[in-house]
Amino acid sequence: MGRFSRLGNDLYNGRKSIDFVGRRWLWYALSGVIVVVAIAGLGVRGLDYGIEFTGGAEFRVSVAASEATQDTADELRQAVAGTGIDAASNPVVTTSGSEAILVQTEPLTSDESDQVSQILLDTTGAAAGDLSQTELGASWGERIAQRALIGLAVFLVLVVLFIWAYFREWKMSVAALVALAHDVLITVGVYSISGFEVTPATVTGVLTILGFSLYDTVVVFDKVRENTKHMRETHMSYAQAANLAVNQTLVRSINTSIVALIPVGAILYVSAVQLGSGNLQDLALALFVGMAAGAYSSIFIATPLLVHMKSGETEVQLAERRARAREKAKADRYAAVPSFSEGMAVTDDPEATPAPRATSDAEAPVAAPTARQPAAGKGRTAPASQRPVSRSGSSGRNQPSRSTKSKRGRR
Amino acid sequence: MARRRRPGRTLLGFFVGLALAYGLVALTGTWTPTLGLDLQGGTRITLIAQGNPSEDNLVEASEIIDQRVNGSGVSEAEVTTQGNQFVVVEIPGESPDNLRETVERQAQLRFRVVACTSADGRCGAATAPTAPTDPEASTSPGAGVTAPSKPGKTGKNDQQNGSNRPPVAFAEKDKNGQGATDEPTADPTDEPTDGASEPAQPDAEGGYGDPLTWMDAPDEASIQAFQDYQCPPAGDTALVEDDPDKPLVTCDDQGIKYLLSPALIEGTELAGADAGIPQSQFDWVVSLDFDSSGTSKFTEISRALYGTEKQFAIVLDGQVLSAPTMDAVITNGRAEISGNFTEQSATSLATSLKFGALPIAFEPDPPVETVGPSLAGNQLSAGLWAGGIGLLLVMVYCLFYYRGLGLVVIASLGVAAAATYAMVLLLSESANFTLSLPGIAGLIVAVGITADSFIVYFERMRDEMRDGKSMPVAVEAGWARARNTCLAADTVSLLAALVLYIFAAGVVKGFAFALGLSTLIDLVVFFWFTHPMVSWLARYKFFNGGHRLSGLSAETLGVDSIATARPARVGGRA
Repeated sequence: MGRFSRLGNDLYNGRKSIDFVGRRWLWYALSGVIVVVAIAGLGVRGLDYGIEFTGGAEFRVSVAASEATQDTADELRQAVAGTGIDAASNPVVTTSGSEAILVQTEPLTSDESDQVSQILLDTTGAAAGDLSQTELGASWGERIAQRALIGLAVFLVLVVLFIWAYFREWKMSVAALVALAHDVLITVGVYSISGFEVTPATVTGVLTILGFSLYDTVVVFDKVRENTKHMRETHMSYAQAANLAVNQTLVRSINTSIVALIPVGAILYVSAVQLGSGNLQDLALALFVGMAAGAYSSIFIATPLLVHMKSGETEVQLAERRARAREKAKADRYAAVPSFSEGMAVTDDPEATPAPRATSDAEAPVAAPTARQPAAGKGRTAPASQRPVSRSGSSGRNQPSRSTKSKRGRR
Repeated sequence: MARRRRPGRTLLGFFVGLALAYGLVALTGTWTPTLGLDLQGGTRITLIAQGNPSEDNLVEASEIIDQRVNGSGVSEAEVTTQGNQFVVVEIPGESPDNLRETVERQAQLRFRVVACTSADGRCGAATAPTAPTDPEASTSPGAGVTAPSKPGKTGKNDQQNGSNRPPVAFAEKDKNGQGATDEPTADPTDEPTDGASEPAQPDAEGGYGDPLTWMDAPDEASIQAFQDYQCPPAGDTALVEDDPDKPLVTCDDQGIKYLLSPALIEGTELAGADAGIPQSQFDWVVSLDFDSSGTSKFTEISRALYGTEKQFAIVLDGQVLSAPTMDAVITNGRAEISGNFTEQSATSLATSLKFGALPIAFEPDPPVETVGPSLAGNQLSAGLWAGGIGLLLVMVYCLFYYRGLGLVVIASLGVAAAATYAMVLLLSESANFTLSLPGIAGLIVAVGITADSFIVYFERMRDEMRDGKSMPVAVEAGWARARNTCLAADTVSLLAALVLYIFAAGVVKGFAFALGLSTLIDLVVFFWFTHPMVSWLARYKFFNGGHRLSGLSAETLGVDSIATARPARVGGRA
């Protein structure tokens, strides 16, 4: 844990930095491939809609009073799912009153329906007269879906307006939306490829992702805004400030993802591996994929995209130029001062023979600084500061400052 | 710290609030939440459409019914069409009283003006009612036939409804014994009217002119129909065809017969309907809100009727609900239906009216049966086990990573869970909220989002300490920043919940509700529990001194040393 904490600190003060923003084409390409695979899966396999969307057939078996129990229902569910008929792979079986059991499946051909009827009769031992079959309408009709879509559209518009108003930056709205679309596409794609059935539970899962993805993006963007607000004082370019923000929230993102994904993962494992099928699995899969994608996209897609879009702005370009100029100036400051190395004579010691200064070039023992690249041409190379120098919240400027008083004004 | 904070007081307030919530729960007396249709089964009502409805009408009816059952709360009831004349409604748990009525009521609401009633006898022949011919009705005491003494009174009767309801008032001319099934509105004829002041004749289009003048002088055919009509036994619904363009002869549930003008205002001109008890009254009423065209028509009616003894009638599905007089000129488009409502029947009627009329009528007395849960029993227990194990892992991780602060996370999650449970209990009582499997999973998922607030906060706090602030200072500085982040992020969640709740139906509505609930609780716990708790803990040496296990030591922060709370070290080493 110590190492992870140390990493947290290093990420915070920028000593260690993962270049999320700079390598954006890598992330774009990676996500692009995944999204294309997802869309291809969607195009080739399509989605397997459940009874709630397609309607289907309903069988009603009358059984003896004592037999209409949950156990019998469970048994029938197994039996019907075991027929291997695609449309009946995930039947809804309920007891009805105390003397009947209802079995609902997706639309069946007449052959399949005969097969299911036979299974039902065999399993319950009921006579053929005790079985009736009716046609079942979709409980999630077109109009309900339509209303849900209208709601979705309204929600997206409101979110765009909200992010715009909160961050004062419409590009953040766009980036958040792109990340959202990315997450939803991946989730739906994985769903289609895995062949799970789309039920209202799935819809619920996808809607949760909608919320989670935007939530996560807003948290990261909040830090980005905070860092970029002080670009001028911290002498950073927009890209650097945004990248630092992502690095600073990285620990939080990792922790949140772990905390959010553990319970969902547990449910997914239990429902998919141990139970085999059912609503739980549909929901858990949608959530697991979506939340993982959501955490990924706010770091790897939303922020780089934001920086990408902002890179054309004058203010951002000016900041970038400032940052570059400053880097150059900073790197050059002590370029000609020989840095200390082992075995170098220490002049302060009165006993020792004073080593002649500035003869180092001729006399080999003084090694040129190796770790640092002397920057182009002028001045001296600065030793790395021993302590982190970074903006402090309490003073509103960089602290601690270790340079001498006479140097302070030149920053 | 600029402001002196009193974390102890806030914490106390929070716990008092929580205790109050549980006190309310104790009052309702239910300690387990209502489970959804998929987990515990429920009631299944199979509505059978009358006649041969088109598929569109059936689907439209099922959607309106869906809104009715899910509109008053978030019970996640399911409505499906079956075959071409069934609508199946499944409601979790024991179905509440009056639910069947709410569901199957066609809810055609119309406002008409009253030409005459069997009680006022203005239509000539309708004098004191004779003894009923219906054997069932004749067993009732004959005294009640006088019906309301003041016809103008708001439809309320001195008698309570129910068994001691007065028997039906039959018209004198009850030659056709099956009056109840007769077509009540005879076609307009050209017969001359009797001595009424200004006989209104049906005009060329078969209309009846202005209903407000028509009511003073109804045409002969209508009077004839009125006299031919016979009310069904009290309490039964009058089966009449309610054509808005024609006069109507029908009865109210007291058995008083009315001759009514063509409809003046239709149910589609309502903007809303609500049940409640008005101030300084004791009876439940259903208050109506008209939209703009309804308001102007209602104003016109009330101008015409104000100061007279003339009545207007509120007709629901062909039955007169009440027939009040105008006590004042009402111009604000608000009206009330009163008359023997209980809380349940008033709420049921308001719900039916709010979501519009059904395009088709259903057979009375639909079969009602109990259905079992649709999920295998092992799914719920498996889900709960998995969720529990997942939560345990989350706690272990928090303790491992945040050490002492991890305890705060766990306590916050525990408190959030307690608050959520209380709210779920209260809402299942007041808003029919039921926990379905998606709901439970949603709540488990909400753990992640809730914990994120704390993680954001703690990371901010640790960042502040890395900048060289002492812990008590970092607690407040980190709070100021984390608060804004969380408010912004949670606003997005709340927006999602709100919009989906307004637009969606069924399961999604329940989900939106759960999402909004858990987000709000997240905010409440974050503001009034987690932050004061951390502020309070910051007073202890264990935390502000950077103990190894506090989660805030120099080692866990990854810095060389931390600033302690001693004021002498202000601006101390990073």
